[in-house]
Amino acid sequence: MILIDSLTMKYGGFTALDDVSFASEPGRVTGFLGPNGAGKSTTMRIMVGLTKPTSGHATVAGRRYADLPNPGREVGVLLDASAQHAGRTGREILTIAARTMGVPGRRVDEMLDLVSLTPTEAGRRVRNYSLGMRQRLGIATALIGDPHVLILDEPANGLDPAGIRWMRDLLRGYADQGGTVLLSSHLLHEIEVIADDLIVIGNGRIVAQGTKAELLATAGTLVRTPDTAVLAQAIASAGLVAHSSGPDLLRVESDPHVVGRIALETGVPLVELRAAEGAGLEEMFLELTAETQREGAAA
Amino acid sequence: MSTTTITPTSGTPASGTPTSGTPTAGARRTTYPPIPFGRILGVELRKMFDTRSGFWLLMSIGILAVLASAAVVLFAPDEEIAYGSFAGAIGIPMSILLPVIAVLSVTGEWSQRSGLTTFTLVPSRGRVIAAKAVAAVGVGVAGMAVALAVGALGNVVGSQLAGVPTQWDATAANLGFIVLASVLGQLMGFMLGVLVRNSPGAIVGYFVYAFIVPTLSGVLASTQDWYRDVQQWVDFQYNQTSLYDTVGLSGDEAAQLAVTAGLWLVLPMLVGLWLVSRSEVK
Repeated sequence: MILIDSLTMKYGGFTALDDVSFASEPGRVTGFLGPNGAGKSTTMRIMVGLTKPTSGHATVAGRRYADLPNPGREVGVLLDASAQHAGRTGREILTIAARTMGVPGRRVDEMLDLVSLTPTEAGRRVRNYSLGMRQRLGIATALIGDPHVLILDEPANGLDPAGIRWMRDLLRGYADQGGTVLLSSHLLHEIEVIADDLIVIGNGRIVAQGTKAELLATAGTLVRTPDTAVLAQAIASAGLVAHSSGPDLLRVESDPHVVGRIALETGVPLVELRAAEGAGLEEMFLELTAETQREGAAA
Repeated sequence: MSTTTITPTSGTPASGTPTSGTPTAGARRTTYPPIPFGRILGVELRKMFDTRSGFWLLMSIGILAVLASAAVVLFAPDEEIAYGSFAGAIGIPMSILLPVIAVLSVTGEWSQRSGLTTFTLVPSRGRVIAAKAVAAVGVGVAGMAVALAVGALGNVVGSQLAGVPTQWDATAANLGFIVLASVLGQLMGFMLGVLVRNSPGAIVGYFVYAFIVPTLSGVLASTQDWYRDVQQWVDFQYNQTSLYDTVGLSGDEAAQLAVTAGLWLVLPMLVGLWLVSRSEVK
């Protein structure tokens, strides 16, 4: 369980985070989405006590991270897979983490096995690792203390398709056993496949949060009819919102069966009635973060 | 514990509970004991030598010690085949290179960015940095102990090889001051580490500090009478290196050491520690 309570972070006149609050629940994978520089990494750094917020606070399992007696046993953290001493071997990095946390040395081999780093690879210095191998090593470091919370910043970066699939199954299994997973990404497809809950951040503000099902459902229903004016009126009087999406097309913020019933009662002939499926995460993401995108009117 | 439900943008509240009824990792409420300082110290000590640079620094000390000991046997005049020469043959490379290990122990966390992991596993930066300081001092003491022990062995073997009587020219007091000098050298490395927090910068700083400044100071002292009178009150290196040959400090010498150490070691170290507590680990 991770609780973020009205975090604000100011660097001089620049507001990196503006009143950010959300929760990441046990048993669920929470996807933390946002464009580059939106504040994802800053939020995660504050969570683990590396950066002090201007105001607000973050707790993990009910305590400030810095107050955890042995944080590695409760929270697995991967902020940047490349932030490792290039002159150490992968095995040595895991050994150091295991010793710091006080877990038995056999956990090192178990973790190497779990993330599929061979003994030869583990004996190489990290300088010679690909980004994908570093990510695997980072995941191993995060998991070695057998924590119940995972905080991962862009863990899928640099992984090949098989690696991404592996990571997805790993995190799914972890959450299904009751673990809390918070992962940030800008790989929308990845998040869409794995996350149960979504937090969308743009320009340091939370622009949307909720379950994936709810957020993606906001796309609504598409209905095609020659009598758009009549139908729109009926929909409005039913207390629903309809947007014109073309000369004979409406997008209604409701489910198809509701819209279908209204059309039947109004007696308007329909040409087409379907859930506005296609949007998906990418549309939602671009729409929600439109004002904060570098590219301007991306949506 | 109060549960904050995720606020959805539309309608129904999020169902935040897993469906399985089995005990879950999330419900686990184990309290772990705090990480003892000894464990952090052990890890920091290990980290000094488990990198490629740490390994080669140790190797080069060993190689230099062997070469220097051989040189003593081969080239030193008979009267200098004595304990001090052999201990120095190992001790001098150590006293130059071990502070580099103290430097890298601190700067690596920033330059190599391993601090991101170190300071998330042990959020208290003060404990990590204190462990590094203790480890640096410990390495200085242990290094000199090894140098003195191996030097004794070298003296016995070397004098046999050269066919001269074995001479013991060091007193217990002298050995004590050698260890003190080494500890001060280690603290200097540690100080430059916390002050600069960048490996190349701090190593350059170390060589300027340990070699260029003392050389300039020596040149100045040999040409300027006014400076020669005050040199011992301003030149920390002069006082520190003198410890390697001393058997006792006069009151003046002790005061000079304390004053210069305060100026060149303690003061910058305090600034460095303050900077470390504030600097962001990126």
